[in-house]
Amino acid sequence: MSSILQLNHLKKHYATQKAVDDISFSIEKGSIFGLLGPNGAGKTTLLRMITGIFFPDSGDIIFDGKPYNALEDVTKIGYMPEERGLYKKMKIGEQALYLAQLKGLSKVEAMEKIKFWFKRLEMESWWNKKVEDLSKGMSQKLQFVTTVLHEPKLIILDEPFSGLDPLNANLIKDEIFGLAQRGATVIFSTHRMEQVEEICDHIVLVNLGKKILDGSVTEVKQQFKENKFSIRVKEVPAHITSDAFEVVEQKNHELIVKINEGKGSNDVLQYFIRQTSIESFNEILPSLNEIFIDLVEGTAATTRAFQTVSN
Amino acid sequence: MNKISIIIKREYFSRVKNRRFLLTTILTPLLFVVFIAGATILSLKGKDNHKIAVIDQNGFFKGNLKNANDINFEFPEGVDTLNYLSKGYTDILIIPKFEGTEKVNYILRSKKRIGIGTEDLISNRINQAIEDKMLQDAGINRSQLDSIKEKSKFAELKALEEKGETVQESSAGLSYGIGFGSGMLIYLTMFIYGAMVMRGVMEEKTNRIAEVMVSSVKPFELMLGKIIGIGAVGLTQFFMWILLIFGLMTAAQLFISPEVMSQVNTLQQYNGQIPTGGMVKAGEAAQKIYAIKHTVSMANWPVIIGCFIFYFIGGYLFYASLFAAVGSVVNEDPQDAQSLMFPITMPIIFSFIIMSNAVQDPNTGIATWASIIPFSSPMVMMARIAYGVPGTVSYWQLAASMISLIGGFLLTTWLSGKIYRTGILMYGKKVTWKEMGKWAFRRG
Repeated sequence: MSSILQLNHLKKHYATQKAVDDISFSIEKGSIFGLLGPNGAGKTTLLRMITGIFFPDSGDIIFDGKPYNALEDVTKIGYMPEERGLYKKMKIGEQALYLAQLKGLSKVEAMEKIKFWFKRLEMESWWNKKVEDLSKGMSQKLQFVTTVLHEPKLIILDEPFSGLDPLNANLIKDEIFGLAQRGATVIFSTHRMEQVEEICDHIVLVNLGKKILDGSVTEVKQQFKENKFSIRVKEVPAHITSDAFEVVEQKNHELIVKINEGKGSNDVLQYFIRQTSIESFNEILPSLNEIFIDLVEGTAATTRAFQTVSN
Repeated sequence: MNKISIIIKREYFSRVKNRRFLLTTILTPLLFVVFIAGATILSLKGKDNHKIAVIDQNGFFKGNLKNANDINFEFPEGVDTLNYLSKGYTDILIIPKFEGTEKVNYILRSKKRIGIGTEDLISNRINQAIEDKMLQDAGINRSQLDSIKEKSKFAELKALEEKGETVQESSAGLSYGIGFGSGMLIYLTMFIYGAMVMRGVMEEKTNRIAEVMVSSVKPFELMLGKIIGIGAVGLTQFFMWILLIFGLMTAAQLFISPEVMSQVNTLQQYNGQIPTGGMVKAGEAAQKIYAIKHTVSMANWPVIIGCFIFYFIGGYLFYASLFAAVGSVVNEDPQDAQSLMFPITMPIIFSFIIMSNAVQDPNTGIATWASIIPFSSPMVMMARIAYGVPGTVSYWQLAASMISLIGGFLLTTWLSGKIYRTGILMYGKKVTWKEMGKWAFRRG
């Protein structure tokens, strides 16, 4: 598969900090890509460079096989920033039409697509309402529609589910899957790890302006697994001693064991089979949440805002 | 380009379609009329009547001292400084015996302090009475005096201005009116529409729409679209006001009887003189209407209106982008806006002060320079143009002023664009002037 977006050694320095410091990665066409990182890691700056709002200080962006050209390519990108907003006094229909026209759609095309999306997300009755009359969740939905209306090849969603109830969040989630299936690529930026696990194919974790993790969700989990397994047995033996593993945790009939270097799961099973009957046995992979906390905790991420540049 | 026009359309129609726009457009002139009428009524009512008891030691003021509208001179017996109030007089005027032309003080006592207008009027009346008395002493009797005063008002000043080979009639009063009026209008519009631009930018920033917009259009396009859109709203409002004024004037003419109008036409035909032996005699009303029409026709309207539109647009563009830049760096706190606006409002207010001097004396050095420098040229040049091109304002001055204004607004728009670009995406931080300067002059 070819990549839709490739970043090579992107850098962006502000007066007081290195917001993005030499980041490279590529995103495959049609994938759902998770851009993760703690607050202030440089995600928004990175996204703003991809959307052409900022120019990188150095490095280059290859979009769809060609060097990125902010003027032409903005019509192929849909961006929903975290700080979202709409004109409060404008009517919803007019607003969607306006934003679509700015993305290069003709009025007729735009109308057609707005009608399609409004119908799909059950928003038809909103047309003449003003944005200030909408609830937070409703305006979130409108914002999503205006982001994907012009059928961008690359859709960038910064915290798309914040403020949505589970019902609407699922609705949007299904739409995101649908868009990816139809060939659009989605960049998904968030710090809600359970959503990432559910949705994303590939993730990149940035911290302090640098990339610290890059891979598919399963790869990453494999990379960070600690050889932990949970085992459920009929009767827990009184004394468990084995050179193959150590018991990390015990809860009623369930044990969590950590397999020692050089041993395998069969060694564990063999040990228990001899003493009792096994009811279940499975590997415990770390959640992205744990990996995230593991990698970010203890770094200067929380104090980054006051860090001085030393170059 | 296409995107800018979409933005302009939105900025324009979202304001013009607003019910408030129509309301303010119609109500503002009405408000002005009401305000002026109110002020006039108040000033008429506010004048208190003076009933002045005169104690005259000379014996000739009675009959010579003439009453004015709200001043009554009376010559009662047995009134003095102790009892004039209780006898119903507001003031008492004591004129001592004159000894030849030796300097003498007459005294006006009153309970309430009298206004400067009233004071002038009283002293004028007394001087006139003394003058009359002297003329009478010189042998001219009362009726002769009155008829001379009546007849002597036949001469009128006609100021002429050199215009190459020919001369043209000019009117300082008219020039003053036009100059001050148009300068004032430009002053008001700079504030009104400049603030409108600023509020629009602040709205985009605080509603967080800026980032969505900037991901589709360049920040500069967004700023320019807003400035042009609101400028167009301003022009629309102006044209509606002009239509309204013309409408009212035409309506007013309908109330003038056709007889008077035909007299006015005859007056116009014969340049203000009714041909002797003609059948028509111009009435007083016709004379007045003719005088107004004649004065108004003295101004070089095409030049004035053309320049007004130019300086209105130029001045607006010059300051609007600065207002936009300020709007872009303001965070939610409106007090920030106040302090950041200060350096922009200062030159506007300063220009207004220069303008009000230039309109009285259009040829001073400061007026000339201020009419060329783009910070103040829109207002000050309008004040001077009213006095005539190329008489007061030479062609090179006008050209220099216009070119520097165009250059000026291109420069401010360019610099503001750079501040705007950074400021509109900057949240939470209070921006200093130094930082804004850095953004403005940063390359790229």
